[in-house]
Amino acid sequence: MEETDKHIAHKSKSSASKGETVIHIKGLKKSFGSKDVLKDINLDVKRGENVVVLGKSGQGKSVTIQCIVGMLVPDGGSLTVFGDEVADMSERQLKELRIKIGFLFQSGALYDSMTVRENLEFPLTRVLKLKDQGEIDQRVEEVLDGVGLLDAIDKMPSDLSGGMRKRVGLARTLIVKPEIMLYDEPTTGLDPITSREISELILQMQKKYKTTSIIITHDIECARIVADRVVIMGDGTYVAEGSFDEMEKSKEQFVRSFFN
Amino acid sequence: MAEQVIPGWKKWLEASGDQVVFLSGFFRNLFRGGFEWSEFVRQCYEIGYKSFMLVGTTAFIMGLVLALQLRPTLVDFGALSMLPKTLAVSIVREIGPVITAIICAGKIASGIGAELGSMKVTEQIDAMEVSGANPVQYLVVTRVLATTFMVPLLTLLGDVLGLIGGFLAINITSHVSALLYFHKCIASIGFVDFLPAFIKTIFFGFIIGFVGCYKGYNSNRGTESVGLAANLAVVTASLWIFVIDAIVVQISSLLFYH
Repeated sequence: MEETDKHIAHKSKSSASKGETVIHIKGLKKSFGSKDVLKDINLDVKRGENVVVLGKSGQGKSVTIQCIVGMLVPDGGSLTVFGDEVADMSERQLKELRIKIGFLFQSGALYDSMTVRENLEFPLTRVLKLKDQGEIDQRVEEVLDGVGLLDAIDKMPSDLSGGMRKRVGLARTLIVKPEIMLYDEPTTGLDPITSREISELILQMQKKYKTTSIIITHDIECARIVADRVVIMGDGTYVAEGSFDEMEKSKEQFVRSFFN
Repeated sequence: MAEQVIPGWKKWLEASGDQVVFLSGFFRNLFRGGFEWSEFVRQCYEIGYKSFMLVGTTAFIMGLVLALQLRPTLVDFGALSMLPKTLAVSIVREIGPVITAIICAGKIASGIGAELGSMKVTEQIDAMEVSGANPVQYLVVTRVLATTFMVPLLTLLGDVLGLIGGFLAINITSHVSALLYFHKCIASIGFVDFLPAFIKTIFFGFIIGFVGCYKGYNSNRGTESVGLAANLAVVTASLWIFVIDAIVVQISSLLFYH
């Protein structure tokens, strides 16, 4: 907790000034039928940066990160990750990109027919194609220990609480050591204490694995803890961005309304 | 009227196109390296072993009832000695394969549809896809191959138990030795009875797995869609079973019986 507060204090003094740009989004557009969800999204995310996207429900926050990972194809604009245009990637290139990107779903999306151990082994054996059972066991235990759930290794997902599922989901995503993490509402549906624990865990894991992160959330406390930079989304575009403190004290009523 | 018809046709064409794309995805992944043997064996166990009792019981009762129903008619024509042959040919050619396939459509296609539909709703398939794993290879190829492999085996089992049911029915009213009954049954079944029937069970198995996977994999978000996927899987697979049956019987009639 103390460490988290120090991190927040540090962030309020210096906003993101990290390395190279790893995600570059320019004029991104996406429609579903007649509904224009993304109208003009512009965003640069630098290596090691934690960007939190805040916005009302149904504004297309999740659509943006689904475009980043190639789940959705944008209708217009440019979206490059590590300098390569995602929409132009072949199936093989997209697969290689996805190995470098971790995606934590709102529900955790654990495979419910598998134990926690099997859930964590799945990306190691199917994506990284590891064969050595000793190495697989070591990595599974290490990452589970990191999220504090080593005791739950042989449990089924149905035996876990909502917070535990999110932790296991995070562990399964981190086990392949991704360079970018995309979090889709990581604290939704959790009580305030568990939400704070998950937010702190995101921060710890970001430090440990040195990931670049985009966090979609409605949870202001989560944003306060993890954000290097906050982006506010409204009407299909990003309307404001800055540090958490800057956004909280913004003169714009729409921006301030998220923090009240 | 025209406005109502055109969107219906458009929707049907879109769905047909989706199915062709899904089918090509299945074959593309079938011949790609890294076959999921452990998942295939697990699915064979789930599909085959766990349907064993249901298929066996149904086939046994069908054979028993068929023999009881046939007996009075054959007695009227003074052809009671034809009962084992009539039973064997009808069970092996038609009743065994179709009843087994319909039972499997109800149990297996709905199970696959509901399982994959539930995985879709809870974002498990999306999670597999964005992790860089191949959900079609892991979920679809294994299940479709398992049904293609297990439905013919279940049909063979159903045929045998159907004939045993018929034997029991005959022995309720009269006495026929097991040796004579099964000798007459086997002697009356030729290559042209068995082969087309066996081949069509392979198609039945494929369509049961494919329809179950397609309906589940492409279900919409929302819990309601899980039930809908299971329901549509059963209805569509059952319909396809009769269509395939009609086609295979027509082809085998042209090839073997004329």
